[in-house]
Amino acid sequence: MVPVNYYIILSAILFTLGALGVLVRRNPLIIFMSIELMLNSANLAMVAFSSAIKSFSGQIFVFFVIAVAAAEVAVGLALIVQIFKSRHSINVDEMNNLKG
Amino acid sequence: MNFFSEPLTILTFFPLVGVLVLLFLPSEKKNALRWTALISSLLTFGISLWALTMFTASNPDLQLVAKHDWITVAGWNIQYHLGVDGLSILLVLLTTFLTPISILSTWTAVEERVKDFMIFFTLLEVGMIGVFLAQDLFLFYIFWEFTLVPMYFLIGIWGGPRRIYAAIKFFLYTMAGSILMLLAILWLGIAGGTFSVPELILKGGIPADIQWWLFLAFTAAFAIKVPMWPLHSWLPDAHVEAPTAGSVILAGVLLKMGTYGFLRFNIPLFPEATLKAAPWIALFATIGIIYGAAVSYAQSDVKKLVAYSSVSHLGFVMLGMFALNAQGMEGAILQMINHGLSTGALFLLVGMIYEQTHTRELKVYGGLWKITPIYGSIMLIVALSSMGLPGLNGFVGEFAILLGAFGSTAIGSPWFAGVSAIGVIMAAIYILYMFQKMFLGPAGEITEHHKLRDLNLREIITVAPILIFIFWIGLYPAPFFNLMAPSVDKLVAALQTAAMAMR
Amino acid sequence: MLLSETTSNGFFFLAPWIVFFPLLGLLTNLIFGGWFMKQPWGEKAVGWIASAASGAAFVASALLAYSVSAAHGEMMRWTIGEWIHIGTLQLDWTFRVDSLSTTMMLVVSGVGTLIHIYAIGYMREDVRFKSDLGRYQRFFVFFNLFIVAMMILVGGDSYMMLFVGWEGVGLCSFLLIGFWYEMDTLARPSWANSNAAKKAFIANRIGDFGFLIAAFIMFWTFRSFQFDQVFEAAKNIPPGIIVAITLFMLIGVAGKSAQIPLYVWLPDAMAGPTPVSALIHAATMVTAGVYLIARSAPLYSLVPQAQNIVAMTGAVTALFAATIAVGQYDIKKVLAYSTISQLGFMVAAVGMGAYVAGMFHLVTHAFFKALLFLSAGSVILGLERGHHHLAHHEGHPSTSLRAGSEHEGNHSEEVFDPGDMRNMGGLRKTMPVTFWLYMIGTLALAGIVPFAGFWSKDEILLDANLHYPIVYWLLTIAAFFTAFYMGRQIWMVFFGEARHEAAAHAEESKPIITAPLMVLAALSILGGALNLPFEGFHNLTQWLGHTLGEVEAGDLNWMVAGISTVLALVAILVSWLIYGRNPLTKGQPDPLKKPLGFIFTGMENKWFVDEIYWAAFVDRYVDISRFLADVIDWRFWHDWFHDKVIAGTYNWLANVALNRYADQKGIDAFANLLGAATAKLSATLRKVQNGFVRSYALSILLGVVLILGYLLLK
Repeated sequence: MVPVNYYIILSAILFTLGALGVLVRRNPLIIFMSIELMLNSANLAMVAFSSAIKSFSGQIFVFFVIAVAAAEVAVGLALIVQIFKSRHSINVDEMNNLKG
Repeated sequence: MNFFSEPLTILTFFPLVGVLVLLFLPSEKKNALRWTALISSLLTFGISLWALTMFTASNPDLQLVAKHDWITVAGWNIQYHLGVDGLSILLVLLTTFLTPISILSTWTAVEERVKDFMIFFTLLEVGMIGVFLAQDLFLFYIFWEFTLVPMYFLIGIWGGPRRIYAAIKFFLYTMAGSILMLLAILWLGIAGGTFSVPELILKGGIPADIQWWLFLAFTAAFAIKVPMWPLHSWLPDAHVEAPTAGSVILAGVLLKMGTYGFLRFNIPLFPEATLKAAPWIALFATIGIIYGAAVSYAQSDVKKLVAYSSVSHLGFVMLGMFALNAQGMEGAILQMINHGLSTGALFLLVGMIYEQTHTRELKVYGGLWKITPIYGSIMLIVALSSMGLPGLNGFVGEFAILLGAFGSTAIGSPWFAGVSAIGVIMAAIYILYMFQKMFLGPAGEITEHHKLRDLNLREIITVAPILIFIFWIGLYPAPFFNLMAPSVDKLVAALQTAAMAMR
Repeated sequence: MLLSETTSNGFFFLAPWIVFFPLLGLLTNLIFGGWFMKQPWGEKAVGWIASAASGAAFVASALLAYSVSAAHGEMMRWTIGEWIHIGTLQLDWTFRVDSLSTTMMLVVSGVGTLIHIYAIGYMREDVRFKSDLGRYQRFFVFFNLFIVAMMILVGGDSYMMLFVGWEGVGLCSFLLIGFWYEMDTLARPSWANSNAAKKAFIANRIGDFGFLIAAFIMFWTFRSFQFDQVFEAAKNIPPGIIVAITLFMLIGVAGKSAQIPLYVWLPDAMAGPTPVSALIHAATMVTAGVYLIARSAPLYSLVPQAQNIVAMTGAVTALFAATIAVGQYDIKKVLAYSTISQLGFMVAAVGMGAYVAGMFHLVTHAFFKALLFLSAGSVILGLERGHHHLAHHEGHPSTSLRAGSEHEGNHSEEVFDPGDMRNMGGLRKTMPVTFWLYMIGTLALAGIVPFAGFWSKDEILLDANLHYPIVYWLLTIAAFFTAFYMGRQIWMVFFGEARHEAAAHAEESKPIITAPLMVLAALSILGGALNLPFEGFHNLTQWLGHTLGEVEAGDLNWMVAGISTVLALVAILVSWLIYGRNPLTKGQPDPLKKPLGFIFTGMENKWFVDEIYWAAFVDRYVDISRFLADVIDWRFWHDWFHDKVIAGTYNWLANVALNRYADQKGIDAFANLLGAATAKLSATLRKVQNGFVRSYALSILLGVVLILGYLLLK
């Protein structure tokens, strides 16, 4: 068997990559992709654990996460399209109207 | 709690009925307002006469008592307590007597805002009667302060050129003293467990040093009101700027509240302090008599002259009161009434000519007796009364006061009365000066510019009652002395026991 | 009306009527007088009602005197009501009818009624000269009031009731001296008359102050004011207190009876119409002081020290005033100073203990001084009539004496003084009746036998000679001057040639004026019979003895009588030599002026006493009064202390100290500081909200890391 640790490390690396992507990238599509990456890294960790402790809860939780991710992307992409329609740019650094 | 069976409650608050009626009258109907106020004050006078018929002269204690518990929270014992005895009955009658006369004098003198004037005046009457009847310290304080408000407005709205200054000065000066009195009242009420004056007197037993401070605190309020020298500076301003009716009621009644305060509170509540203070009060009284008379002579404004004469006259009252013997005190109480009548009449008469000429400068007058003989004759009688001519009321009081003060053991020296008797000469000097400058001599410049008329019927009716009393009290003062004698004797006896105990 | 102690019937019930009759007259004239005056008979009615009232008082007094004599001199009291009862002070309105008080009552009402009748005619002319007919009524109201007050004074049974009358007559003198209050004596618009009235009242008030102090001492020593009680208890009191009482009373006497130092009001009082001078200042009011001392005889007799002072005061006043009279030019002023001088005689007499002599002189003096004053009034009226005639004859229809009126033509600059003796002369021919009346009065005053004045003055001199030599010499010299200045007056007024056209045209007075004078003249001639110094004729001594106790009755001392008569005759001779032999001509200065030089100037100017009083007392009082009022009371106390110090301090405290510093700079600043700090903090914190999604994401990440780290490391 592949040790669980390997999966966790991979998950961590993927998560980190995803977090960095969210923080660093300016394009919201890329940010969404990074968020997807973070979510999937969590999924990976859950599946790995589920197989390691022989419980189905992790795998069922993965299904929830996939559904939420899909919904979130749908809404988020619709928002991005609307933003692009009014601002003609999707650079997140320019979206600072909520500045205090 | 049947208030309608309590004559004193009715007497004190009846003028409020008048106020109520006045409130509903439209402000343009000036005559209706005047008549309402006059009738209300005459009815109040009638009620006071009714109370007099129920008064037993030979009883030295409080009569017609109205007493109910009022504020009894937190251990405070404040009552609604009214009562009348020989010390106050005459003052109440004086108040209800002078109020309709003052209102009658405003018939043509007050044309602006008549409604407000009459309401304030009637409210003032409530306060004045309440002061003389209150037997609870708290209630007394309320009425005492209450009289300041209508008077402030009366001076401040209907007064002369410096009326605002005079009204504010009057209010603040009086209140400053009253605040000290309030402290003393609070101490008494809390330490004594009750605010009721008769009960506090009965309890007695206040240590002499504390008594002294309480005495001084009460004196602060009353001495300003009397006014005693040197706390008299508010009086000339108030009198000169006040409208005629205001001056009459100020001199006639409000000043007596001060002297009454000494009589009702200082002397009975603090006998040891009274005995200790008597020579000092006599000293200040004597200075006031001489000073008031001398300064009066130098005045060129006749109202100011009469104002300073009040300082002098009330100096006599204080001297007699603190002689602490029957002659001095009965003379003092009678002189309070006499001063109210004579000086009130003087202000009325001065106001009558002021209505026509709008000046009070003595030097522009002269030879008025020829042009206005009735006015001159009435003014002569009142001036002689003020001067203490025997046969008229002023002499009876002045003589009893000086006699009592001369031989008073409390004052201790005949010199105070002796020097004050010089005030008799000085009174003649300033009164004759005033009379001469206005009525004698050749016609002054005022007659060139004004066609002067003699007194009309209303004006004669206004002063006539006072003239009747001037002669009555002068020739046959027995009824008046009989009203006050038992209460005064009781007070003097109490002081004598205190004096004995002190030795 | 209370009955008290009536044992015999008599007419004692009439006691209050000596006051009520004139009071009724007063009220009738006061209330109905205005209506009367509108009727054609109005003036007569007013005058006769007043005179009848006074006459009724006289009848009542006579009946009372009769009752006393029928009761063998027993005193009776009659109380009409309670006055002041306070503790031990028990004062009532009680009349005392005894020989002393009835004597006074008779003099007051008797002479008073005669003067009332005289005044009917005199005032009728006076109000026409001064163009104010309406004032006639007022005169008689005041005149009756005077009788009321005087009767209270002499009829009272206690010192305080006496005091009521005492001040009452002071009031009446004020009202009557200032009767023509808008003029001076020459009818020009002026303050002079009113000033004279005021001076009288105030000088009297100073005397009243003395009386009051005496009263206070009396009460606290005796606990009573009633005469009998005081006199009874006086014997047991230390004399020092009695001295104090009597000397303070002397101050009162000096005021009322015009002695040194308070006599200065009496000469000025001549500003009043002549009947006023006669009644108040000759016959009655001024004698109140003498009556007071006579009444207080039991007190004075106990203290010889006080008696000395009283006697000396009287004697010095007598001489002092007599010297002034020598230098006066106004006919009434001479009589005024003469009155002061004669009062000095009376005061000296009662001071020496010669109460009967003093009262005797009081009575005779009432007769002849009233006669003299009223005759002088007749003279003045005569001159006014003459002046009036002149004005008419020169075609100027002037009925008024007022100077400066358009009618006065060439008289407009010169004001005519009908009382100035230098304008008179030769009136013996034009006014013979008045002349003889005046002569009688003069002879009585000068003390020529057998006129009344001789007997009364002689009795005083006799007593002085026996007991008080200094007083005797002073009074004798005064008597010399008396005869001298009266002689001077007679020569100047009635003899020689008229020095003014008005005097040349003077007219005699009507009977209504001269008739009462004849009665007085008769009394001046026969009045001596009241108390002749012969055995069996000591009527007054016996009569007054009932009240005053045993009084020694002096017999005639030929030497004393002789000296005084000789001196009087010599004085009249000297006056004739100076004024009579070479009568004065118009414009000639007084013959005594040159020889006596500055002495005469002093006499002329009343020894400058008024000027000294003004400078020393009156002006100083005005100065003190003004200083107290302006500087001390107003500028210092009222303006500076109250407005600047108290109100200013409060304003400073409120506006500057508290408002500007404590409040604005202190508390406000602190509150503002708090606000600023908050704003700064929020500005700093606001930077977190930069709107950048990525930074928000970073914050989330950091937060997660921190929490996880905490949980893992815990």
